[in-house]
Amino acid sequence: MAVVFQKTKLLTDKPFHYCPGCTHGIIHRLVAEALDELAIGETAIGVAPVGCAVFAYDYFNCDMMEAAHGRAPAVATGIKRVCPDKAVFTYQGDGDLASIGTAEIIHAATRGEKITTIFVNNAIYGMTGGQMAPTTLPGQVTTTSPYGRDVNHCGWPVRVSEMLATLNGPAYIERVSVHDVPHIKKAKAAIKKAFQLQMEGKGFTMVEVLSTCPTNWGQTPQEALKWLQDSMIPTYPLGVYKDITAQPAAAEGGAQ
Amino acid sequence: MKKLMKGNEAIAEAAIQAGCRFFFGYPITPQNQIPEYMSKRLPQEGGCFLQAESEVAAINMVYGAGGSGARVMTSSSSPGISLKQEGISYIVGAEVPCVIVNMVRGGPGLGSIQPAQSDYYQSTRGGGHGDYRMCVLAPGSVQEAVNLTQEAFDIADRYRNPVIVLGDGLIGQMMEPVDMDEAAHRAPAADLKEKNWAADGHIPTEDSPRAIINSLFIDPQVLETHNLHLQAKYDLIAKNECRWQEEQLADAEIVLVAYGTTSRIARSAMRKCRERGIKVGLLRPITLWPFPEAAIRKTLATAKNYLVLEMSMGQMVDDVRLAVNGERPVHFYGHTGGMVPTVAEMVSQIEKLAGVAPLHDESCVFDFGKAMDEAAKKLGEIADTVGRKLDEAGKKAHEAMTSPDVKDKAQEAADKVTAAADTVGQKLEEAGQKVNEALNSPELKQKAQEAAERIDSAAETVGQKLDEAGQKVSDAVNSPEFQQKAQDVGKQVSDFATRTAETVTKGMTGILGAIGKAFESVQKDLKDIEAQQKAKDEKPSDPSGKEGE
Repeated sequence: MAVVFQKTKLLTDKPFHYCPGCTHGIIHRLVAEALDELAIGETAIGVAPVGCAVFAYDYFNCDMMEAAHGRAPAVATGIKRVCPDKAVFTYQGDGDLASIGTAEIIHAATRGEKITTIFVNNAIYGMTGGQMAPTTLPGQVTTTSPYGRDVNHCGWPVRVSEMLATLNGPAYIERVSVHDVPHIKKAKAAIKKAFQLQMEGKGFTMVEVLSTCPTNWGQTPQEALKWLQDSMIPTYPLGVYKDITAQPAAAEGGAQ
Repeated sequence: MKKLMKGNEAIAEAAIQAGCRFFFGYPITPQNQIPEYMSKRLPQEGGCFLQAESEVAAINMVYGAGGSGARVMTSSSSPGISLKQEGISYIVGAEVPCVIVNMVRGGPGLGSIQPAQSDYYQSTRGGGHGDYRMCVLAPGSVQEAVNLTQEAFDIADRYRNPVIVLGDGLIGQMMEPVDMDEAAHRAPAADLKEKNWAADGHIPTEDSPRAIINSLFIDPQVLETHNLHLQAKYDLIAKNECRWQEEQLADAEIVLVAYGTTSRIARSAMRKCRERGIKVGLLRPITLWPFPEAAIRKTLATAKNYLVLEMSMGQMVDDVRLAVNGERPVHFYGHTGGMVPTVAEMVSQIEKLAGVAPLHDESCVFDFGKAMDEAAKKLGEIADTVGRKLDEAGKKAHEAMTSPDVKDKAQEAADKVTAAADTVGQKLEEAGQKVNEALNSPELKQKAQEAAERIDSAAETVGQKLDEAGQKVSDAVNSPEFQQKAQDVGKQVSDFATRTAETVTKGMTGILGAIGKAFESVQKDLKDIEAQQKAKDEKPSDPSGKEGE
């Protein structure tokens, strides 16, 4: 019988520890498939964050380094400078990248560090139990914003893709979502393009992936996918924010 | 061939010569010459220098580069090293080799930019979170900084553990001759293995499987096993890598323990005390961790007292006390905040422990008495010269009076006397000036009175000699021959006598003025000393240094 589908070899056999309905598993697979299809996976070097994806080194079947909270872009910088021909990526959550690690991501981006960052934005701190994140929506209830995020008290969500797109260093920045199959397909294409541009030495590349956290959002997996679509996307519009290879009109990016 | 190099630059070049091709840093005084030097040199060697956005980022870049198998270094100074602690803890946990240079400055907080040794605890006890150790190398000279930096890379690779090169602002900023030829193209130690563990994107093999560089071990049992594995490495480091230097310890009753810059000052103090027969020796730890505990224990055979000298409030003293284990008194003396202790201060501490009376060493402190003696001696010599010249002048005047060409000769003699008297006046002025300068120096001590007496006596000699010379001139002038010839040369002699009198008066005025000023100054300084002594008697102890036990 012909094999029509099989697990990518860039993922190990270790079962994911993610909660039911969490979309981290999908994003892991997209990254692994993209690396595999570009034939750069076997010699890729990944950097795992602190957050729900902290065990990413157990899942990606390539050389991996575990970074301190927020420091993955700095660690990846060190790796890439030593191994300039290898695909180097960071896989970071929104607390890791957009809060404690803002300095590291901004500077890696502005240096045009030839790495790819997979930025998983689920608007909450998942691993620590559902605290308010820099990306938590206004009014969103978390364990540290029990009355809903009050923007007068603790400010507004950080829009990382828009912010980094203002810099000269990045070659490619796109925000995608994985709440349904068409968007998952788009997400994979974006991740693949990011790695491709990295290997072409174009500069810093990042794909922001909107992701769910049913456990800490207090929703079922189906409700979570819907909440992502209805509540998150208006705050975080999908689209290409930076693409130095695109025609000038498309390079302006913005919401689709 | 030796060349003169600044500590920071010598360390940077030594690292490059040891195969370091990656450097990540962030500016902070007093170590900026290291990143600056690296930014210039590494591209020439095909390496990479990158100025990070923070010390936090820099140490994580080091983690990435080291994890990929490269020889990598970062440097900073105390506040920056504090920022790196998170990363260092991860690096140790993930067993990544690297070299970290800390040119210590005064703390806590932003502190100062002057040299200090107040990061001893931080360096030797780990520094970041968790249970760990790092080999800490403390150079005492620029040459040693070069050698130890190169060894640091071998030690780091040998144990897959970071190594700290702990200097201080002085080691970093000081220029000393170093032999870079010996350091050139230094190959890694022969015992070092291939880094088959590195996350360098290699195709996995049986010998070199997929690399996971990680410090997360969520299962407590696994983490304990990991920590026991790390501890076994630390035990090996303690066994194999301990370094220290012994000086004059064979019969030492007082054992000085000091490292880095402080050890150099301690060495000078030790030598001065040895010259006076005090049995004092120096033990200089070169590795602060592992601490040379066995070497300390060995000195118990002769030691009666230990004196630990540091540029801190007393940190290494704890390790000395642990080594001595209560068997002998362990004393501490130090300065902090960027203050550097002096040889004289250390000598005074050693004198106390040896139970000998303080001796004011001329090379330690400015010796006012000696300076005054010299001034008095010079004054005496000048007085002699005055006398002699006046003698000669008198003699020549006499000769002139008696010669056939008395007229010409008298003129000539008069000129010569005038010139001689001018010189005398000038010399007396100079002497007065010198006395003044000596008196105006700040270290006026109890010898002032004695010196004043010497000046007095010298001044008396001057007076006496001037009297004698005057008498001789007078004799010459009053001789019968002179009287006879005086009529012929009356006018010239009259002029000559007037000029001589004027010049001698001028000279005397000068010297008396100087001596007068000198006495005023001596009197004022003696009053000051009295006042200081009074103030000192009222204060119980010297606030500048912290004293232990």
